[in-house]
Amino acid sequence: DLNDKAGQFFNSGHTNNWAVLVCTSRFWFNYRHVANTLSVYRSVKRLGIPDSRIVLMLADDMACNHRNPKPATVFSHKNMELNVYGDDVEVDYRGYEVTVENFLRVLTGRLPASTPRSKRLLSDDRSNILIYLTGHGGNGFLKFQDSEEISNVELADAFEQMWQKRRYNELLFIIDTCQGASMYERFYSPNLMALASSQVGEDSLSHQPDLAIGVHLMDRYTFYLLEFLEDIHPSSTTNMNQLFKVCPKSQCVSTPGHRTDLFLRDPGRVLITDFFGSVRKVEITMETINLSSPMEPLPER
Amino acid sequence: CARAPMYDFQEELVIRPLHSGDIYASFQFRTVWDADFMGDQKVSHYRLFPKSLGQVITKFSVRELHISFTQGYWRTMQWGQPYLPSPPGAELWVWFQDTVTDVDGTWKELTNVLSGIFCASLNFIDSTNTVQPSASFKPLGIGNVTDHSFLRYATLPREIVCTENLTPWKKLLPCGSKAGLSVLLKSEKLFHSTFHSQAVHVRPVCQDPQCRTTSMELRQTLNVVFDLHTSGQGKREWSLFKMFSRTLTEACPLASSSKVYVDVTDNPQVRPFELSPATPLLTQAVVLGDRRTYSVYDLTQQASFGSSRSLNMLLRWKAADGEMLRPLLHSERYVAGYGLQAGEIHTLIYNHHPYRAFPVLLLSAVPWYLRLYIHTLTVSSKGKDNRPSYIHYQPSKDRERPHLLEMLLQLPPNSVTEVTVEFERALLKWTEYTPDPNHGFYVGSSVISALVPSVVAMDTNSTLDRPLFSSFFPCKEEASYFMRVYTEPLLVNLPTPDFSMPYNVICLTCTVVAVGYGSLYNLLTRTFQVDEPSPGLAKRIANVIRRFRGVPLL
Repeated sequence: DLNDKAGQFFNSGHTNNWAVLVCTSRFWFNYRHVANTLSVYRSVKRLGIPDSRIVLMLADDMACNHRNPKPATVFSHKNMELNVYGDDVEVDYRGYEVTVENFLRVLTGRLPASTPRSKRLLSDDRSNILIYLTGHGGNGFLKFQDSEEISNVELADAFEQMWQKRRYNELLFIIDTCQGASMYERFYSPNLMALASSQVGEDSLSHQPDLAIGVHLMDRYTFYLLEFLEDIHPSSTTNMNQLFKVCPKSQCVSTPGHRTDLFLRDPGRVLITDFFGSVRKVEITMETINLSSPMEPLPER
Repeated sequence: CARAPMYDFQEELVIRPLHSGDIYASFQFRTVWDADFMGDQKVSHYRLFPKSLGQVITKFSVRELHISFTQGYWRTMQWGQPYLPSPPGAELWVWFQDTVTDVDGTWKELTNVLSGIFCASLNFIDSTNTVQPSASFKPLGIGNVTDHSFLRYATLPREIVCTENLTPWKKLLPCGSKAGLSVLLKSEKLFHSTFHSQAVHVRPVCQDPQCRTTSMELRQTLNVVFDLHTSGQGKREWSLFKMFSRTLTEACPLASSSKVYVDVTDNPQVRPFELSPATPLLTQAVVLGDRRTYSVYDLTQQASFGSSRSLNMLLRWKAADGEMLRPLLHSERYVAGYGLQAGEIHTLIYNHHPYRAFPVLLLSAVPWYLRLYIHTLTVSSKGKDNRPSYIHYQPSKDRERPHLLEMLLQLPPNSVTEVTVEFERALLKWTEYTPDPNHGFYVGSSVISALVPSVVAMDTNSTLDRPLFSSFFPCKEEASYFMRVYTEPLLVNLPTPDFSMPYNVICLTCTVVAVGYGSLYNLLTRTFQVDEPSPGLAKRIANVIRRFRGVPLL
């Protein structure tokens, strides 16, 4: 039993957590993609990953957009229930900076020397990284800013570069776009787990519009993902198998998919907080230490 | 034994009701630090001065740094003059110390570091939008520098300001957003306004009149104008709670002075609004060339908060306002012309003083893709030609440098001066277009700097204890005060190609090649053979029987 507990304690080999959250769509009618990314940002911050470990890339500004009837807010639920933008948000790449080149440079670490720390992914071989992409996509590609695209081959090669340079311990890749499963088809590096909101040939659908704001607020997969994550707290023991069940076809209309063949551990033993949270390992000891016992005097300087 | 560097932190809020029914609130947070950044001693212990800025100043040998983020445009004719002017978008100007050898390289690194600190895309500042003004941006701190090769100025008119810029700005304050005046800074109210501008100004100042010791001053300013109809719900009654959805409960414990000023200048004899809670403290200050009266609430005194332990100023209007004093200096700028080839930039500068003429410096930095024809530059006042006494023009270089035009103009009294220059639009390479090129391309605001004649005598003693809003610009003479006016940014459409054309061309070419070459190849190499038509059903059955019998087929 003690061995089992010790085994559980040293289960995952990671010491720090990073998150790279990217929204690739521009223009006001793509409000839902920014809301998707911000809701994952909010969950990840709530579960403990600090801003210095999150690289947040938003391709357009929805909160202070002139068409937003409530400035400095981005809502995820209609009737303006939940403001995912909040009061304490740090966006690292915004507007025209969100390009395929910058995204790949962040992943592989090949940034110009003068890039500030908040814009770098300074992960090491003991980092668990969560990568979340959302936007418009197709079979084998994801569109950035309506003007360029990243293919699944490029993404797989970028992850292989990360593996070769020992930039991650384990990586969880979540994508919420149309035909999202095509983006993880080409992965070949070890320790990658991927989730997508729809299979090849299917479209991911948006959830609900808000009549006051005038746009669709969230995509279905991320909406149910957010609902699932709201129940997670830093000490919860929910594992990945429950995450795979998020948003079945009856709720999502599309069929979410996942890929775990490259992952070395059993997904049933991987905790959600291994990727979404930054949990410090605390060892509880039952024995007492006597602080009032006489100390040895230090040698004279 | 070295003396520990002394800090001083002051915070202040000025509320000024505007004639149009809107209300203008200006926050200033000032930290003065006795450390000598320009000396040899390495600075390593930070208390009230934020460490991130201190390290930036030391590493890049910055003498003065001014950065502002603004959303909205300041309407001078409706609101009067602001205490601290700023152009829409982001503006950054820096004076480096004369020990810097490669100013351009240091400037590039500085913009990258600042983009990380303020979560803004300042890394888009490069040589195509940086200029070296020769006269308009003199140092605002001490120092008699004349070498303008150490000055760099850049604007990003497209830069968006939102909560992600306010969050790191608030983190630079000693009390953060937890105590003092900064508890009022809530983004949901601040960005739901007609004008919002936050800025950081770092400069060296004198501590005593003889200027024997210098110290580093950091001023963080935030100006916001709340609209009568969107924030005020149409009712002309303002309170702190209505503006910020918060009230004040205490001063920042680290502040030596924490005051709120409300502009209550009687206009003409009777004050148009009623201010509650009443305060006995009244002070007068000379600001923007006028002597104004202010009610002062001192937050370091417990009595200011009253029995409810919170301070919420309420301004209720009883009578209509009198006439607004027309601002003496005002400007407009627009693009004239039609089509996507050529156009004209018109800048209008108004001098509303009835009998005094005064000179102004006009600075325009125009991107290289609007090719200015400087030989068409005309300056006219009241219909007659007005020759500028000083012109500094640096022509642009394609994809490297923008145009820089600086002129010293004498504005006749009560007149409009019009500066016109023609330009031609360039065709960019297809990779140089932004992802949304049909929105247009921005041209940064022009800057007009002037010493405007003042109605009352200005105070030239800079070390006296004065409210922060009246001591921002240094005052060297009594008869005039310094003012800076920014014009509107321009939005011009460049000839935009159809980006789907490469795809269309590939499809069309491949189709033409396939159909044309394919048909020709077939014609040249295909041979025809005569083929018997397949026989009818009866004949086929007969052939089958004949094959059995071994008899020749039909």
